[in-house]
Amino acid sequence: MIFLTRKAEFSSAHFYWNDAWSPEENERVFGKCANRNGHGHNYTLEVTVGGDVDPVSGFVVDLKQLKDILEREVVSVYDHRHLNLEVPEFAKAIPTTENIAIAVWNRLDNKIPNAKLHRVRVYEMPDLFADYYGEL
Amino acid sequence: MVKNATVYGKCNNPHGHGHNYTVQITVSGQVDPVTGMVCNLVDLDGFARKNIVERFDHTNLNTLDCFAQKVSTTENLSIEIYHIFKGFTAAHVERIHVEETSNNSFDYAGNGIPAPGTI
Repeated sequence: MIFLTRKAEFSSAHFYWNDAWSPEENERVFGKCANRNGHGHNYTLEVTVGGDVDPVSGFVVDLKQLKDILEREVVSVYDHRHLNLEVPEFAKAIPTTENIAIAVWNRLDNKIPNAKLHRVRVYEMPDLFADYYGEL
Repeated sequence: MVKNATVYGKCNNPHGHGHNYTVQITVSGQVDPVTGMVCNLVDLDGFARKNIVERFDHTNLNTLDCFAQKVSTTENLSIEIYHIFKGFTAAHVERIHVEETSNNSFDYAGNGIPAPGTI
């Protein structure tokens, strides 16, 4: 099995807030991320898929096809959007980097022909990222 | 011709195209209590230079014997480099990581399925 990683970028707004808590509790736990006016990040997404090399084409997955799938399933939905307000999976889940990685996994799982989704890595900033390998 | 152009797109330009490939090799082993090393990095560098860089750098991959019967995709290049590095005996070769561009990279750790977190 060989693994292929493709990178994509999107820019989104979000804030962290738990409706079950008081404003004071939200501010205590989430700090400046609790600002209800939101703030933005340039996210970098790395998607790793695994599979066997097709002996005819030499490919696991056509990179162009993988790029198009990432664009269709994730980037076109998240880019230049407010995640809390405009993306359905974050109506309930707080759009932390962890939850974004899980949401991206759920959007891509079983959508990539001839390969298995192996890892979703989401960078919120160059020094902070979350990895999700599906339910292990 | 048409089928090649359909499947490979701009990679099928008969004049070829190039990349600045970056290769990372991960080796493992016990730390030698005398040297404090898994293996001597000078040996690892020397092996990589002689067997990878001198062999592939500024060459047309399609003209090499190892790609006479295989398309020189980065998948196949990664597998080839992995097998070459199996000749490095000072430590256990765990994984080969090859970056084709800043957007695309490949990992090969042999036929097995690597433990979660290792790739």
